[in-house]
Amino acid sequence: MRKTRGAALIALGGSVALVLSGCIGAGSGSGGEETSQNADAQEITWWHNSNQGEGQAYYEQVAKDFEADTGVKVDVQAMQHEDMLTKLQAAFQSGDGSQIPDVYMSRGGGELAAEVEAGLVRDLTEDSADTISNISNFTDQYTVDDKVYALPYSIGLVGFWYNKDLFEAAGITDVSPNPTIEEFEGYLDKLKDAGTTPLSVGAGDKWPAAHYWYYSVVRECPYDVVEAAIESADYSDPCFIKAGEHTEEIIGKEPFNRGFLTTPAQSGPTSASGLLATGKVGMELAGHWEPGVAGGLTEDGAVPDFLGWFAFPTFDGQGGDPADQMGGGDAWSVSASAPDAAVDFANYLLSDEVQQGFAERDMGLPTNPTATGSLANETLAQLIPVRDGGGVTQLYLDTRLGQSIGGAMNDEIALMFAGEAGPQDVVDAIQTAAEAEQ
Amino acid sequence: MTAPARGGRGRVSSAWRKRLEIAFFVTPALALFALFVVWPIVTAVQLSVFRWKGFGPLTDFVGLRNYVTVLGDDVFVDSVVHNLIIVGGSIALQLPLGLAIALLLNRKMWGQGLLRTIIFVPYVLAEVIAGVVWFQLLQPEYGVIDGLLGAVGLQAPEQGWLGDPDLALLTVLIVLTWKYLGLAVILFLAGLQGVPEELYEAAQLDGASWWQTQRKISVPLLGPTMRTWAFLSMIGSLQLFDMVWILTGGGPANSTTTMATYLINQGTRSQNFGIAGAASVILFVIALVMAVLYQQLVLSRDTRSDVVTVKRSRKKVTR
Repeated sequence: MRKTRGAALIALGGSVALVLSGCIGAGSGSGGEETSQNADAQEITWWHNSNQGEGQAYYEQVAKDFEADTGVKVDVQAMQHEDMLTKLQAAFQSGDGSQIPDVYMSRGGGELAAEVEAGLVRDLTEDSADTISNISNFTDQYTVDDKVYALPYSIGLVGFWYNKDLFEAAGITDVSPNPTIEEFEGYLDKLKDAGTTPLSVGAGDKWPAAHYWYYSVVRECPYDVVEAAIESADYSDPCFIKAGEHTEEIIGKEPFNRGFLTTPAQSGPTSASGLLATGKVGMELAGHWEPGVAGGLTEDGAVPDFLGWFAFPTFDGQGGDPADQMGGGDAWSVSASAPDAAVDFANYLLSDEVQQGFAERDMGLPTNPTATGSLANETLAQLIPVRDGGGVTQLYLDTRLGQSIGGAMNDEIALMFAGEAGPQDVVDAIQTAAEAEQ
Repeated sequence: MTAPARGGRGRVSSAWRKRLEIAFFVTPALALFALFVVWPIVTAVQLSVFRWKGFGPLTDFVGLRNYVTVLGDDVFVDSVVHNLIIVGGSIALQLPLGLAIALLLNRKMWGQGLLRTIIFVPYVLAEVIAGVVWFQLLQPEYGVIDGLLGAVGLQAPEQGWLGDPDLALLTVLIVLTWKYLGLAVILFLAGLQGVPEELYEAAQLDGASWWQTQRKISVPLLGPTMRTWAFLSMIGSLQLFDMVWILTGGGPANSTTTMATYLINQGTRSQNFGIAGAASVILFVIALVMAVLYQQLVLSRDTRSDVVTVKRSRKKVTR
């Protein structure tokens, strides 16, 4: 209503003479700034989510360097992540080319496919061929019908971030970088015996809980089986049920922080990341963003130096390749209405030089092979060989499946964590949502 | 339009003048009403018969399928039940409490103004801020409330007040009571101001005790105020969103979902804007039916000759 009132004041001043239809017309015409950008415009807009400190400063510099090289002015908008997603969605909803940024972040998978279907994204297969060949290991999830629509610049993994001090105090001296489920459950028991809550999980936000299920799927279902299931909208393969059973097994150990069903993922010291950052729990399943998030939640703002990382446990006789991992990343998309300079800029963002600077500042896990060695943080650098170790990185399933199916899936997995849904219920929820989508 | 006859010119032009004046003053309000009330409602109805992801043209017409989905969804049915529990629970908790406090604060005593302010402060706080504060207070293990309980040797619930599906809705209801009690009290106090002093004096002369005066005079004469307050409370409970979203997000295990959280979850979270549209239309219909029924059955005795109140209430509904 606040918006209404603000608009009311403006309208009272100016709209007295306006007839009803004129007013509505003005509403949907939105500002009337119809800059139909032509292919060789010399100014582009760029939205990104590195809105703090060094990362933001670096991206400002990158934009300036690009302008110095090419004469193309880049209008940079750094936004908080959730804000950016909301604004992007609003821009897409307007369907107005001048509202949609020329270069923006894409998360790939079903979300990207939906944007492609709506004709919002530019096909980069030809124009970025050189860049794509350089990062071809990672472009799968950004490809729709053999055409590449986004350039992944950071691909990370989900895994367990653990507190080395608490592990040591619990007598766990030998932490495997890729434990079996028995070893992992051993950690849980030892931490519990030592009086430490083993795990924190932000089940209130649903997706952090859902990551357990996704990773169990990666362990039980070969990559091709998952892709085939998505393609045919048929999730009857028994491996999905098995994955649910593994997830239930972990939940059954009752390893989570108290009140985990309403714990948020990252906001505040009592969030799942906050509990890890302040040394209240032994570990948390989270992505490559965790050191950054944890750093923002400690009193001194520094990344806690007790953080270590190991991969999600493997299961005896599992159906999936143990080298496969679950993760995802961020890519640069160019909007369909953008000038050609925007494609040049997206390519520039993936260049050796920019990616190396990106890595040196620990802003993510670079995809350009020349930059992977530049990571400053040792724990983060530890993820690179796991990621590039020959396995496939399965995208977060909610992103892969798109928001509609992904949302239904996450809702049901959250119920599983509350003990109110079983392995079959999760599969049924996905199946039903997938059929509604047909 | 043909020119009017010379003789009638003055009268006609004054009639037109009047119409112009009306148009002049009403148009901005009507335009805004159409833009921000009518148009969104029409759009919601339109969306509710399509399957739409949030961008691209509206092409996938599905008829009433979204309504079938919503009404067949246990989560939505539960959320309606939660809304109704909150409607009933809010009135059941706040009416006696608010009445008691209002009657007490109506007595002349030391610190009356201060106490009134203290009672009213929670209502002035933004709901989001109050929600965040309570969320932190209610944290299991590290929250203030668990700490206090622990200090006196009481055992707080294992999963916390908000993390246990059996307790979460009750906890939300109590926080809502804390937040909105001030409004009930201030309205009741205002209502009490309207009770003529002579009635109390007469009762006192007749030897009535304080209790008798309250029971036979204050409370009955407060009837219209209480009924109007209950109406506002009901509409607020049906639209409840902010507090639930911050405290629990609808969880744990969907035990605190409301129609509004369902709507957001389906709309912006899952990109099922058609289903969200259908849910919003159903929410609108439920709120409208309840409001009209309440008007007819309960409020009619107060508003029979009071058109202003009816209009004001109706405006609340369409919001």
